[in-house]
Amino acid sequence: MISVQDLGKRYGATPALDGLHLEVPEGTVHGLLGPNGAGKTTLVRILTTLLRPDTGQARVAGLDVRTEAARVRRRIGLVGQHAAVDEILTGRQNLEMFGRLSHLGARAATGRAADLLERFGLTEAAARPVNGYSGGMRRRLDLAAGLILSPPVLFLDEPTTGLDPRGRAEVWSAVRELAGQGTTVLLTTQYLEEADQLAGQVSIIDAGKVVAAGTPAELKAVVGDRIEVVARHAGDLPAVAALLGPQARVEADELRVSAPAADRVGALTHAVQALAEAGIDIADLGVRRPTLDEVFLRLTEKMEVSR
Amino acid sequence: MRWALADGWTITRRDLAHWGARPGQFAVTLLFPVLITLMFGYLFGGGLNVPGGDYRSYLMPGMFTMTMLFGLETTFAAVAADARRGITDRFRSLPMASSAVVSGRAAADLLASALTLAVLMACGLAVGWRPEAGPGAAPAAVGLLLWLRFSLLWLGIYLGLRATGPEAVATVQILVWPVAFLSGVLVSPATMPGWLGALAEWNPLSATAAAARELFGNPGWESGSVAAEYGPALAVAWPALLTAVFFPLSVRAFRRLNR
Ligand SMILES: Nc1ncnc2c1ncn2[C@@H]1O[C@H](COP(=O)(O)OP(=O)(O)OP(=O)(O)O)[C@@H](O)[C@H]1O
Ligand SMILES: [Mg+2]
Repeated sequence: MISVQDLGKRYGATPALDGLHLEVPEGTVHGLLGPNGAGKTTLVRILTTLLRPDTGQARVAGLDVRTEAARVRRRIGLVGQHAAVDEILTGRQNLEMFGRLSHLGARAATGRAADLLERFGLTEAAARPVNGYSGGMRRRLDLAAGLILSPPVLFLDEPTTGLDPRGRAEVWSAVRELAGQGTTVLLTTQYLEEADQLAGQVSIIDAGKVVAAGTPAELKAVVGDRIEVVARHAGDLPAVAALLGPQARVEADELRVSAPAADRVGALTHAVQALAEAGIDIADLGVRRPTLDEVFLRLTEKMEVSR
Repeated sequence: MRWALADGWTITRRDLAHWGARPGQFAVTLLFPVLITLMFGYLFGGGLNVPGGDYRSYLMPGMFTMTMLFGLETTFAAVAADARRGITDRFRSLPMASSAVVSGRAAADLLASALTLAVLMACGLAVGWRPEAGPGAAPAAVGLLLWLRFSLLWLGIYLGLRATGPEAVATVQILVWPVAFLSGVLVSPATMPGWLGALAEWNPLSATAAAARELFGNPGWESGSVAAEYGPALAVAWPALLTAVFFPLSVRAFRRLNR
């Protein structure tokens, strides 16, 4: 449904995309994970015909985004990184306008707007100007605007950034529902957890390239949770490292020893027992989920090793 | 083609809905030129003598012209805000006629300027200004004024697409004043120091103001000046030139948003 080959785009001397490849089969949710400046928005803008690539090929719904842009636009929905709705108009006026501009016809546009307002819990706020909406309401309106045409392909650029946990859960459930109906979704995010919740396949991009791809489970297995022990005395570090197994890593400055923990509870129980038996006095102990930064660092490290 | 018109109308209606949503702000837009007119007419006008009539009769066609220039700010600020807030991108991602984003805005702004002009003419009539020439001449004057406004649309759209920051809006808001003052809109360029006067005479606003004075049959100062000699011809030519330059440039700027 989305097929990207060797896509390149540069701004002056900065390459925003640098030979990117991506395949998203029909009816799947694909997560695009990357830090600030990785090129996520640039990719989404190219695939939604807002930006021309310098090099490479990109097809959406079987159509070339460069030469068949008008037809691509009839098959996509876009929810950009920043809510793109008219602040002065009301929620209903916004959706009706986008419906008309999508050539639904006046009556159908009105009906579609009412349906979407209902579905996103905005019926009560429908007659109020958008500049009085909360961030979450605005995002939901933006999402509704992206769904006017019931597009077979939906692009979501960091749809939950800046939302509270409840707003996030609402967006997630909307995306799940769409995916359940067979919509192909390309979702960018900075949160591993979000990709984990929604996406069947994840690509991690950095500096305009895919640095790793797979299911969330595969990626987590590569990085995984880590058990961390902070010792009281530097002299104890080798003993602690020995207890945590052959993969233990010592950060002497911080008096910290860490090791992969595939089974969180098991790893904790084992460490507590082993440390008690050895009579080692420790300052702190815990199992930590890796942050996206660590996922990156680890994955890029791995790439370099395997090269 | 059908969609270009329908979509353009949808965008125009959006802009009209903005007026409805903010009636206060719209009223300020309409009344601002009236305020300026009263200020110049009564505060400064007392100290000015115009051959063959009073200052307020001289001033009104100038104020009409200046109001057309002020419209540039509205166009520029709205286009820049849409581009900055991502609304323009949303439009560009829809299967709509892409010309509509620009043509719809142009129609709405022209309508707003026509309305402002009507309010200001009513104000002029109230302070003693009268169109003295024949019945065909006054509509021709209105036509020339809107022609100037039309040409400024493309300049506003071009600038709005190229400079989207809020500071650019402030810059344009400030710069329209010297552009207006450096013309025959308020006083005769003949009273200005040599090279400034020459600049003012060639200002497109001077041509439109002089032509409007002639067509309305209002007193003018400009006898012997370029604007007085060729006023109507220049009032047609200047906006034609502006349109010829900035219409293609604004279309190009819109297309280049995808770079
Ligand atoms: N219009 C532009 N002009 C110049 N450089 C740009 C422009 N847009 C993006 N860039 C650069 O391209 C690179 C990729 O930017 P992009 O917005 O695609 O990143 P992103 O992954 O979406 O980041 P974020 O998480 O911050 O949204 C960055 O280095 C950015 O500075
Ligand atoms: Mg981004």
